[in-house]
Amino acid sequence: MSEGTRIRMHDESAPHDSPPAAQAPAVELLGITKRFPGVLANDNVNLAVRHGEVHCLLGENGAGKSTLMSILSGMQSPDSGHIRIDGEDATIDSPRRALDLGIGMVYQHSALVPALTVLQNLMLGESRSLRLPVDTARQRLRELASVLGIEIDPNAEVRKLALGQQQQVEIVKALWRGSRVLILDEPTSMLTPQGVADLQKVLVRLKSQGIAIVFITHKLHEALAIGDRISILKSGRLVATFSEEVLRSRTPDELQALIVETMFGEEARAVSGVAELQGEIEGERKRRELAPEPILELAGVSARAEGTGPGVQEVSLALRRGEILGIAGVDGNGQRELAEAIAGQRPITTGEIRLQEASIGHLSVSTRQRLGLRYVTDDRLGEGIVHSLSVAMNLVIKRIGQQPFWQRGIVQQGAVNKLAQELVKDFDVRTPSVAARAGTLSGGNIQKVLLARELSFDPQVVVYNKPTQGLDVKTTRLVRQRIRDQAREGVSALVISTDLDELLEMCDCIAVLYRGRLAGTVENGPDAGERIGELMIGGRAA
Amino acid sequence: MTETAETPLAHPSIPDFVAEESLPRESRLSRPLDTLIRGVGPVVLALIAGGILLLALGRNPVTFYGDIYQGGITHDAWQDTVMRMAPLLLIAAGLVFIFRANIWNLGYDGQFMLAAAMIAGFAPKLEAHLAVWLSLVLLFLVAGVTGALWTVVPALLKAYSGVNEIITTLMMTFIGLSLANVLVKGPFQDPTINTPQTTALPLSGMLPNIPHTRVHVGILVAFAVILIVHYVLTRTSLGLRLRVLGANPRTAVHAGIGVKRLIVTAFLVSGFLIGLAAAAEILGIWGYVRADTNFQYGDAVIPFVFLARLNALAVVPFVAFYSLLSIGGEQATQNANLPTDFLLLIVGLILLFMSLTEYFGRKRDLGGSYLTAGLAQALRRKAENA
Repeated sequence: MSEGTRIRMHDESAPHDSPPAAQAPAVELLGITKRFPGVLANDNVNLAVRHGEVHCLLGENGAGKSTLMSILSGMQSPDSGHIRIDGEDATIDSPRRALDLGIGMVYQHSALVPALTVLQNLMLGESRSLRLPVDTARQRLRELASVLGIEIDPNAEVRKLALGQQQQVEIVKALWRGSRVLILDEPTSMLTPQGVADLQKVLVRLKSQGIAIVFITHKLHEALAIGDRISILKSGRLVATFSEEVLRSRTPDELQALIVETMFGEEARAVSGVAELQGEIEGERKRRELAPEPILELAGVSARAEGTGPGVQEVSLALRRGEILGIAGVDGNGQRELAEAIAGQRPITTGEIRLQEASIGHLSVSTRQRLGLRYVTDDRLGEGIVHSLSVAMNLVIKRIGQQPFWQRGIVQQGAVNKLAQELVKDFDVRTPSVAARAGTLSGGNIQKVLLARELSFDPQVVVYNKPTQGLDVKTTRLVRQRIRDQAREGVSALVISTDLDELLEMCDCIAVLYRGRLAGTVENGPDAGERIGELMIGGRAA
Repeated sequence: MTETAETPLAHPSIPDFVAEESLPRESRLSRPLDTLIRGVGPVVLALIAGGILLLALGRNPVTFYGDIYQGGITHDAWQDTVMRMAPLLLIAAGLVFIFRANIWNLGYDGQFMLAAAMIAGFAPKLEAHLAVWLSLVLLFLVAGVTGALWTVVPALLKAYSGVNEIITTLMMTFIGLSLANVLVKGPFQDPTINTPQTTALPLSGMLPNIPHTRVHVGILVAFAVILIVHYVLTRTSLGLRLRVLGANPRTAVHAGIGVKRLIVTAFLVSGFLIGLAAAAEILGIWGYVRADTNFQYGDAVIPFVFLARLNALAVVPFVAFYSLLSIGGEQATQNANLPTDFLLLIVGLILLFMSLTEYFGRKRDLGGSYLTAGLAQALRRKAENA
């Protein structure tokens, strides 16, 4: 099939030319059930997505959202149930088949090749003819860009684009072959507030083109702002779908109450301060009195980058006892390097790091750890734990060889297990036993293991890198509560996050990291969000 | 260069393989069955395939395998088999120790032969001055230290500059083998004979035998070392550090483990144990080293180290099997009028079936890997670059 015919085909079938039977939903999932060993990931799920609507899929981690969508995009096949596309039964047995049926997917993390240009990325799937159809592709990109109301330089290297723009390229890619169903998996998690607004505009335009959009999120306020209908998944079952009428006929507050009730049932009342799971962060935080002298001080600290990033360049900041200092910024602006430099995992090239007035810039990771400087890494699976070791061992992995867990180099399994059992209880780690392999735990529980490890044995300063990324609402709440509780006890926290709402909710002060430098620091308050948003994209105008 | 950049980063999606801890994560088979299939399966299949090959060559496989059994077990032959196990077990211990840390010391031949040449050269002189038992103890130490020293260059390059140890250790092997030759033909040459070899030790200067057998005590050293290595790897802080480094070098850095020192330690211990293997072989069996010899025991041991999933204890039955094959096989190949290389073919078949089991295991969702994440990644990178 040549490029030309495919585009024409798309044009013929494009919804705005000949609306495909408005009554039949674009996609219908009927009685979808999918079992994994020990888990019922989807339990008789019925879901219909109409043309020209944004259908939000809300649910906690592990509720089955991803499984359901991977079934729709052909990555998994259901154990039972079937799928109808435009009212016709369809078998989606491969991602290619899904694309052929017009189902495009945008993943949470970029699936683009950073070193290639936008156009090259878009043509990656075009392996059918030997010669790359550059001109037709350029034409197609122009066409889609005008549909989406965006501007993309076809020759820009993807790695040089902002994350929001990369996502736009992903959307173009998903629509490239004439998709009529677009699945977005937590699309806002990496975006700035401006990026979210841009995305929203794009979605509105897509809707008007009759594209059916599935929008997966666990942020309630987003679902309410963007969704025409909202479906809620809970432990594999679709517990409710709120129609447009319901959404329109109630006030936002009523809706939130309703949805929270549906999502958590009885637990809703137990979730204190539901506001935070709703993303409401209006500045009711009390200004806290903090001692003026810093406990952790960075003076002109620079560190080399990992890969092509900017690294850390002459960052100076001071953290007072009990303070929660946020580091905002779009991902990839030196966050990880900064955290690693403080933790001692990355050598600093210039500057000085002082902990309680002692210079620690030259000390080893383990010495800093012993001094009470802790680091909760963002890469839980790839760095935080050893999958093959037990939960108990992972809890003492930063104290290998130390008393009382090791005596003369010999492990004291009793002491290790005792500590592990206490920590598991304290931090509510859900694990069959402390001897279970850490790799078998869910992401949220792994994060609890990391917290337990870093917050035990007298922490002074804790560096958190994206502490709640990918966690469900309950765990998120628990993590934030821990950070706050610790701060009240005088443990300072440096919270690095790309989720601005999170920082606004917790932090006393928020600094913005832009291309490895601190672009500015903002006291938290009612207008902090806007000012930070501006700093986050700081140099872009230049 | 930063610490994280120096060590190969394990990819989180590749199942990390640290012996029994990391059997396939989502295997549909029970663990014992899985271990059995993955461990013994390739051996059985290789024997069957070898049998078919023998048939094709017009030999009777039953006779052949019977001859191996006879030549390796019956009468006194089992004693030879046990003696062959000594150096193999010691090398295996050295390899398991460092492989657990996901570091690939492939310089065993150089370490072994250099250590062999050193003690073969020193032994007669030493025993002329010291009591035999003291000499033997010292010679074991000399062998160990020589083996360890021969890993220093790759160890430092790996630890401080991130140089791929597979390449450096292989290169050091060439130098080591040549240096061993220089020593044997030069300073250690027995002046009384024309063949290029060291002065042979008298029987009284060799390792004593276990009472009532012909088996030298080297095998006891080997078993002791296997037990110690297993204990160190499973019960001590050093062992845990090695396993963490092997499972995920980034976690090792994150956990504050002194990765550089640990890499050097792993190399030194590995080289030391391989040196001990040379001592057991030379002082137990040969009493001298001839120029241009290379026992190549390490090459034979490697597949079994992987079949044992880097578990020091599990290595023992595999090494016993190989010893039987190589001792009994000498007679069997002679009877069948085949070159002894036919035995290598069986080892090769084991490797082949190991890969096939691995491939189908993965395809059938059994997960797991003989390769550690780091090695798998290194190999893949090599394939991509090619």
